[in-house]
Amino acid sequence: MSLVAPARRTSPPATGRAGTRRRRHPWRWVATTFLTLVAVGWLIPLVLAVYASLRPYLETAQLGYLSWPRHLSFDYYRRAWTEGQIALHFWDTLLVAVPAVLATLFFASFVAFLISRRRIRGRRVLLIMFTAGNLLPFQIILTPLYITYRNVPLPWWMSWPSERLYDSFWGVILIHVAFQVGFCVFVLANYMDTVPKELIEASIMDGAGVWRQYRQVILPLVRPALGALGTLEFAFIYNDFLWAVILMSTGDKFPITSALNNLRAQFFTDYNLLAAGSILIALPTVLVFLLLQRQFISGLTLGSTKG
Amino acid sequence: MTLTPTRAPASPAPARARRRRIRRFTRSDIVVVALLLGAPVLLDVLLIWGPTLASIGLSFSSWNGLLNNPPDWVGFRNYQEIFTSYPPFWPALRHNVLWLLFLGLVATPFGLLLAVLLDRQVRFTRFYQTVFYLPVVLSLAIVGFIAQLFYSRDYGIVNSILGNQDNPIDWMGNPRINLWAVLVAVGWRHVGYMMLLYLAGLKAVDPELREAAAIDGANEVQSFFRVVFPTLRPVNVIVLVITVIEALRAFDVVYAINRGRNGLELLSVLVTDNIVGEASLIGYGSAIAVVMLLISVGFIVTYLTQVMREDRG
Repeated sequence: MSLVAPARRTSPPATGRAGTRRRRHPWRWVATTFLTLVAVGWLIPLVLAVYASLRPYLETAQLGYLSWPRHLSFDYYRRAWTEGQIALHFWDTLLVAVPAVLATLFFASFVAFLISRRRIRGRRVLLIMFTAGNLLPFQIILTPLYITYRNVPLPWWMSWPSERLYDSFWGVILIHVAFQVGFCVFVLANYMDTVPKELIEASIMDGAGVWRQYRQVILPLVRPALGALGTLEFAFIYNDFLWAVILMSTGDKFPITSALNNLRAQFFTDYNLLAAGSILIALPTVLVFLLLQRQFISGLTLGSTKG
Repeated sequence: MTLTPTRAPASPAPARARRRRIRRFTRSDIVVVALLLGAPVLLDVLLIWGPTLASIGLSFSSWNGLLNNPPDWVGFRNYQEIFTSYPPFWPALRHNVLWLLFLGLVATPFGLLLAVLLDRQVRFTRFYQTVFYLPVVLSLAIVGFIAQLFYSRDYGIVNSILGNQDNPIDWMGNPRINLWAVLVAVGWRHVGYMMLLYLAGLKAVDPELREAAAIDGANEVQSFFRVVFPTLRPVNVIVLVITVIEALRAFDVVYAINRGRNGLELLSVLVTDNIVGEASLIGYGSAIAVVMLLISVGFIVTYLTQVMREDRG
């Protein structure tokens, strides 16, 4: 399933396979049973986490988690929301994720355009530099980055909420953009290879500058890929834990996933509250996934098979 | 998380004269390109490649990270000490290797099995796919938290199911078993990801191949291993690299559970401890990071050769 060749998605011709399928009924029955069992097993952790989050701690401590409920309520969600300051941390996450995703997609699509459709000199080096950079273990850049961030002051107009890159939203946004551009350049360059060169050539004949070629010819054509990548990137950054934990120190400013680490201290003794907090935090990505499943999946497998 | 694409075949190269004309940029074009290409390249060099080189350099130093106290150069001493007299190093490396083996030999094949079954177009494929993929959208930190709900010694769900309240198993606290308990939770997430990649790969396999195999009298199993699986080679390379990189990058889940101590040490945690911790042993932390880099470098090169194979010349 690759956006590179959307037509291919519907490709397997029904006839030949349907014939073999009908002949193999017993085998399919086994497969279906197996898949159903695995699917149930797959959902159990989530279902039990939701169930636990709806029950008072005393009740589950007394009766165990696998018992019929006596009280069900959303109390823990209310408590997690207020005690965990979830709203505040959601806001922090948006402050990081929205600019980071937009900047990533913008720069990556422009670079991919130069590499793929303008075939600038050194494109191979560029592509390798970006792709390999995205694959490095994070830890190899961690030390110098941490020291640099601690020592680089921000100009006054960027100095809210921190006077240095360390502990600032800017710093976290920058590292996300630097890492994710690598991945997106690669995917988008691949995707743009399917855009007919003639379109660009024609717009050059018309006297369009490089910006107009990008803005008016390329961007509209790659919009589906940008949608898919945007969804995926948002989830990546939303789920980030490491960078904020390393590069920030003020608890109030932690994006939501990293804030979990602080919440833990408050929730530790009460696992049901912890479950409610985890579910609240997981909910946005799960909802986005269920609603935009197609984009999500094509983002992940974008070009993973040869178009 | 890292991803997967392979290059699509490049379009045929245009005639040289034509290409030269197209390549030409006007002066204002050059300004635009300089800005919009320059910014991401600068970012990549300053925040990714520069620090990588700096880490390699710092791994030969002894430093506390303070600018007014320049590093001492100590040659290979950090490496020597890590290998010989730094107790957590070998356990951490062993845990990373076990992590990789579990993902590679248990979770990945299981993902492949699910993909193969789903590719046979059983009913409700879409539903199964959604269910198996669901954990992948959760962050590893969340997986760590849900795992605690399950594995807690006194009130955990697993012990409730086992009904061993008199002699409960401390799944997270016992250093002999906690790594495995965590790996089950991590595998829960990894399987769906691998399933998705293989499913995409299987969809691209020419159905005629299978039919030909069936006509030649091969059964399902034979046709999979002899015909279909070999054509999945590009996906396998990508899956291998992703699995290795994920195993090396593993951090969030153990950090969320107990900050990576007591049986859950990983190389990534050791790096963090040495850098952010009180001691600030920059040279030490960097040397461990370089070990991680060396482990991953071969796989990164493999990946690049695979995906750039149909290069654009």
